[in-house]
Amino acid sequence: MTEAFLSVRNLRVSYQVGRNFVHAVDGASFDIPKGSITGLVGESGCGKTTVARALTRVIADNATISGGQILFNGKDLARIPEKEMNALRWRDIAFIPQSAMNSLDPVYTVEYQLGEVLRRRGGMSRAQARKRSEELFDMVGIDPGRLTDYPHQFSGGMRQRVAIALALALDPKLIIADEPVTALDVIVQRQILDQLKELQTRLGLSVILVTHDISVVAYICDRTVVMYAGKVAESGSMQAALTAPSHPYTMGLRNAFPDLQGAASGVLTPIEGAPPNLANPPTGCRFKPRCPFALDLCGSEPPVVDVAPGHPVLCHRASESAALRIEAAKTETWMARA
Amino acid sequence: MNIATRKTDVLVSVHDARLHYRVGGAFAAMRGKSTVVKAVDGVTFDIRRGESVGLLGESGCGKTSMGRLLLKLEETTGGSIHFDGEELGKVQRKGLKTFRSRAQLIFQNPFDAINPRFSIRATLSEPLENAGIPRGEREGRIIKALELVRLPEPAQFLDRYPHQLSGGQLQRVVMARALILQPEFVVADEPVSMLDVSVRAGVLNVFRDVRDRLGLTAIYISHDLALVRYVCERTIVMYLGRIMEDGPTEDIVHQPLHPYTKALVAAVPVPNPDQSHDPLPIGRGAPDPRNPPSGCVFRDRCPSAHARCAAEVPQPRQVGTRTVACHLF
Repeated sequence: MTEAFLSVRNLRVSYQVGRNFVHAVDGASFDIPKGSITGLVGESGCGKTTVARALTRVIADNATISGGQILFNGKDLARIPEKEMNALRWRDIAFIPQSAMNSLDPVYTVEYQLGEVLRRRGGMSRAQARKRSEELFDMVGIDPGRLTDYPHQFSGGMRQRVAIALALALDPKLIIADEPVTALDVIVQRQILDQLKELQTRLGLSVILVTHDISVVAYICDRTVVMYAGKVAESGSMQAALTAPSHPYTMGLRNAFPDLQGAASGVLTPIEGAPPNLANPPTGCRFKPRCPFALDLCGSEPPVVDVAPGHPVLCHRASESAALRIEAAKTETWMARA
Repeated sequence: MNIATRKTDVLVSVHDARLHYRVGGAFAAMRGKSTVVKAVDGVTFDIRRGESVGLLGESGCGKTSMGRLLLKLEETTGGSIHFDGEELGKVQRKGLKTFRSRAQLIFQNPFDAINPRFSIRATLSEPLENAGIPRGEREGRIIKALELVRLPEPAQFLDRYPHQLSGGQLQRVVMARALILQPEFVVADEPVSMLDVSVRAGVLNVFRDVRDRLGLTAIYISHDLALVRYVCERTIVMYLGRIMEDGPTEDIVHQPLHPYTKALVAAVPVPNPDQSHDPLPIGRGAPDPRNPPSGCVFRDRCPSAHARCAAEVPQPRQVGTRTVACHLF
């Protein structure tokens, strides 16, 4: 089950801003097992979208992959020539960008846009493309009669379904979806997640789901990669990240989330402060300024510790995580720093 | 007339309020194709002083329109809204100025709500200036407002500009601006939807704390029941401009009555690995406000719809602690 399908090793992505470099992703490592849904979680600016984009090498003009490896099918995606990379896109790896509106061109019908991928990339004939488009619409639960509609004629949820259909066009093995349900209402969100899960199981896909919402991860993911300030704080099974979080940041996130199943009197506890400015990150552990458990030694680079097999944690105090969890569950722990 | 509003414990009284927009423009009208969108359609409820009420629903349900009506940012096209016994439709000039200082809006997106070229001092001075507060008193009021929203060391923020503040700090400034004239009534429109999770809790806690300390009456507009539950003791569920269910939040969370509320509660994701993955008890498709179904507006997605639902608009009925508009009750 844990056969690594995609392996990210020490990935570094830097943006050039003026004369400075901002390392949006600074040494991220994680594995994506075959046939699983992995949630890439973190707050805005933590580097999760940059990681997702780096995997397909669709990154901003001022960004470069400045280090590390992305191992996929025996190739290092960080290094292969652009031509080779381009051949992998859509066929092996498909990307669903944030907000489906951005992935669809408003001036062309949806059929035209699907056809473009199917014919230009997939080498299909007009008739084949037509047939495949109908099949895809069926798969994502839209009436194929609407293929000739323009993007604005679809509701937000439908547009997201179209974006999923587009990603599935050439039967990729890996789908990377950047916040696919963030702008949607809860009911539509749930229906899209159900659809994605159903397709993932049926087609044996591997999916990377970029999100800031740990409830979405809890609902649909098998694995979790938690990012903070350009680094992976911890990764492991979804159960482990939610029931036995081992990095203080993950523990804090858990307290900050309202839980409809929890007690009514439950108090939400924020993590005081804000994520660091990546142009000038703190030395040592990047969570140190906000961490209630920080010690002097946290001023030095934290080690990666396996708290359990397949559950690496980037923290000096990872070995004490069971005890810290008990402390982290108390509101006072997080108030003390405020 | 208006016996309800004469009772002093009711601050806001909404009676059969309507907000209908004509859409389609002049050409559509010529061809007889213009339609009316009923953003708010026959909504009735009272808000007691000191009460916090959540307006819950999906996009397009009319919750934001309802909030705008309550603040007289939009005029009702039918029905009435009374604020402290006065009908909002008749409030004008001086009365309007007073109303504007008594009722305030907390905006959704702090990055849009504040002029990026105004310092925090200028941002917070503006409402004071409009209210005729003398120059000498302003700085003290500003500091007090920033303390109220728990910005540590407020003096250091005065000369900063919005881009120098984090999202959480900025949302506190937005809140301070809404509170600086000491309103009695605030409408908060998804005030944390743009914020990251780790700072969201802090802003919500400030909101709860300020509300309790000042005894504010509050409307909290959101699509997220988990957030509404955190700040409001009562929830009003809207769908296509109408109220589906209205009652104590805990009752709605634990035992939703209206079929729409049931689906809404079931759809809220929880940060817990063990949760139901059952299909939602609701039909697919999005509500179309231009062309709502006859009778009950929810019937085309309702799993329990029957013949009567198409024929007759369900009237709100008292069921225990709640009001429900559904033919099942």
